[in-house]
Amino acid sequence: MGKVIITTGNYSAAYAAKAAKVDVVAAYPITPQTSIIEKISEFIEKGEMKAEYIRVESEHSAMAACIGASVAGARTFTATSAHGLALMHEMLHWAAATRAPVVMAVVNRAMGPPWNIWSDHVDSLSQRDTGWMQFYVESNQEIFDTIIQAYRVAEDPEVKMPAMICSDAFILSHTSQPLEILSEEEVEDFLPPYEPPFDITDVDHPVTHGNIVWPEPRGDSPVGYMEFRYLMHQGQLNAKRKIKEIVKEFEKKFGRNHGDLIEKYKVDDADVAIVSMGALAAQAKYVVDLMREEGYRVGAIKLRVFRPFPDDEIREVTKGLKALVVADRNISYGYKGISATEIESALYSLEKRPLVLNFIMGIGGRDVKPEDQRKMIEAAFDIIETGELTKEAEWYGLLR
Amino acid sequence: MVWIIEVINMTILGLPEEEYIMSGNASCPGCGAALALRHVLKALGKRTVLVIPACCTSVIQGLYPRSGIGVPVLNMAFEATGAAASGVVAALKAKGKDDITVVGWAGDGGTADIGIQALSGAAERKTDFIYICYDNEAYMNTGIQRSGATPYGALTTTTPVLGKKEHKKDMPMIMAAHKIPYVATATSGYPKDLYEKVKRAKELKGEGTKYLHILSPCPPGWRYDSKLTVKISKLAVETGLWILYEIDRGKFKLSGPSKRLLDPSKRKPVEEYLKLQGRFRGLSDEDIREIQRWVDENWKNIEKMMETE
Amino acid sequence: MQSSSSLLEKLPLTPLSKPAKGAMGKTGSWRTLKPVIDLNKCTKCGLCWLYCPEATVIFTKEEGPKIDYVYCKGCGICAEECPAKAIDMVREF
Repeated sequence: MGKVIITTGNYSAAYAAKAAKVDVVAAYPITPQTSIIEKISEFIEKGEMKAEYIRVESEHSAMAACIGASVAGARTFTATSAHGLALMHEMLHWAAATRAPVVMAVVNRAMGPPWNIWSDHVDSLSQRDTGWMQFYVESNQEIFDTIIQAYRVAEDPEVKMPAMICSDAFILSHTSQPLEILSEEEVEDFLPPYEPPFDITDVDHPVTHGNIVWPEPRGDSPVGYMEFRYLMHQGQLNAKRKIKEIVKEFEKKFGRNHGDLIEKYKVDDADVAIVSMGALAAQAKYVVDLMREEGYRVGAIKLRVFRPFPDDEIREVTKGLKALVVADRNISYGYKGISATEIESALYSLEKRPLVLNFIMGIGGRDVKPEDQRKMIEAAFDIIETGELTKEAEWYGLLR
Repeated sequence: MVWIIEVINMTILGLPEEEYIMSGNASCPGCGAALALRHVLKALGKRTVLVIPACCTSVIQGLYPRSGIGVPVLNMAFEATGAAASGVVAALKAKGKDDITVVGWAGDGGTADIGIQALSGAAERKTDFIYICYDNEAYMNTGIQRSGATPYGALTTTTPVLGKKEHKKDMPMIMAAHKIPYVATATSGYPKDLYEKVKRAKELKGEGTKYLHILSPCPPGWRYDSKLTVKISKLAVETGLWILYEIDRGKFKLSGPSKRLLDPSKRKPVEEYLKLQGRFRGLSDEDIREIQRWVDENWKNIEKMMETE
Repeated sequence: MQSSSSLLEKLPLTPLSKPAKGAMGKTGSWRTLKPVIDLNKCTKCGLCWLYCPEATVIFTKEEGPKIDYVYCKGCGICAEECPAKAIDMVREF
């Protein structure tokens, strides 16, 4: 049992980067991520963490620096939120296509204008097509553990794709919870030494990375661009399997399991389950317990890994359900909640599938209380009765 | 005695024989940038990693699976050279590998415009690398659009009728204001001067960012017959339009042919340079006078700088 | 549908090119004018080697310059800069 302290989500991320013995950190401050990089700076300047910290001048540069460091042989870490993540967008594509296993803590914060520093998931979900793996966590311990697990998955030779660990602004980032810190030795045992996707500093075997590739096999090249993109996709698909293996191994070694691609809570004999991402997944379990006491057959599903998307697991876990409440702390304007669209598409191939109710809630950090989650679940039970389901997503809690 | 003979055999005109530019690359015939890079790499040698943003050189490398450059190259997004190079430098430091030179090789667009932030940040952080801007005075790779480094009066595809109305952004002086250990200007037509300056930059390892700015004539972009690249390069210097100098640990010194041009009578009139290039065909007499005035003013500033030292 | 999956397995994760001549093919085919050196006039000064952007002037102190016609793009810099006027740009077609 390692040292247990009471600390914030942000500091938990800093402790994880330290435990993972990252070599290079390149990061730019943005509320509410700042205390992650401040803590890391303190570790480094006090000599407690041996890493190079590049105090870059923007988030775009932060990711560019992480990519440069990654292919030069360094394990890298960065952190950001909202606009910083958006500014990095180009380089997120670049990191994934370089197969650079960068790990990044994203503190989910609403996009402006107007300025809003509180939580919703639009920022990270907007990046879901970049090739980055995405984890959504519900506690500070899970922030720490998942960063460690993410290095293991990302750096796996069959994966080699970057990963972001997303935690809710202020709800986790600035809230103190107990954290068991794993020591560097324990983590070193769990994380093999870093291997870059290729070594740009190998001057004896010079390579050029990234010059033009035709769309199709042509001239000297037996493959085109599309084949390389296919390999990236395979990397993410391999990650599905690897995440499960790694979570099992982590549990065996350290005694904790936060779920692998999803976490099921009292779903097996449920009629309705509520799907959540992030901190609200923790609160959902509390609501489920309260409602179970009243006799409701209800369960909770934490959608922990959003990319690679756990379509098999969703189909499997929703088998016996009559209805699924998908509570999205995000919106894809002009359609519906993002996890709802992905879940519905995963369920499409089933002959028998649950009704899906999509609620848009908590946008811009609007508070979602246990009563609110309860009302969403009750709505699902009503619809099972009446069979009347609106196709649109319902915005929960407007003008309140 | 054998090793002495080997050293002599390995040089031509005092420059190493070894080529790091592979023939048959995608550069245009007569490319000033390719000529510059050829000599830059001779000065840098094998233990070099290049970071190259989107620019002509990205394309010059040719098509996968071949590369026209003989040292490791990390291609990079347009604005990110300074940042990606900072990352490579940090990783080398973290791994304790200190005998590899990291070099950013970028065009004028990726340096003076979209890339200026990352470069300025890297320089301010005393990032230990060499940044070399090869300046063909427009976004040549995408088809000759105007950049901040395009000179006054030049026709480009985004200043196709009226020509650029603003003078060239003075990147070397902007970098000098960062108080970095080495700033130097060079041009493709004086390869030995360029070679010596790159060697000097390499010597200053461990002292922070070294910046070189190479005027690189471009036959299709400047609209001249490809055979004139070296001649035009030299005329830029001989007219005083492009000044060769170094600011070495804060000390300013003129180099090569620029040394004797403090005397305006020794400078060739700017027309001799301008009339060879189709991009200046739209210049009125007034424009030419403005360009001459700008040249003379630059030299007055140089004079002032040299007096205060 | 997996075709040539073994080819895909052998690919590097991300495209890595190796230094090689002819990265844009046999660029000698780009020429319309070809440099021809008159070794009688040549003083072996080495300037053609110095100024060639393509590294297609092969130079030795014993034999002087020789053009690699497979890749020479015919830019004409060598002819223009030769102080002995020993290089002619000759129409190939």
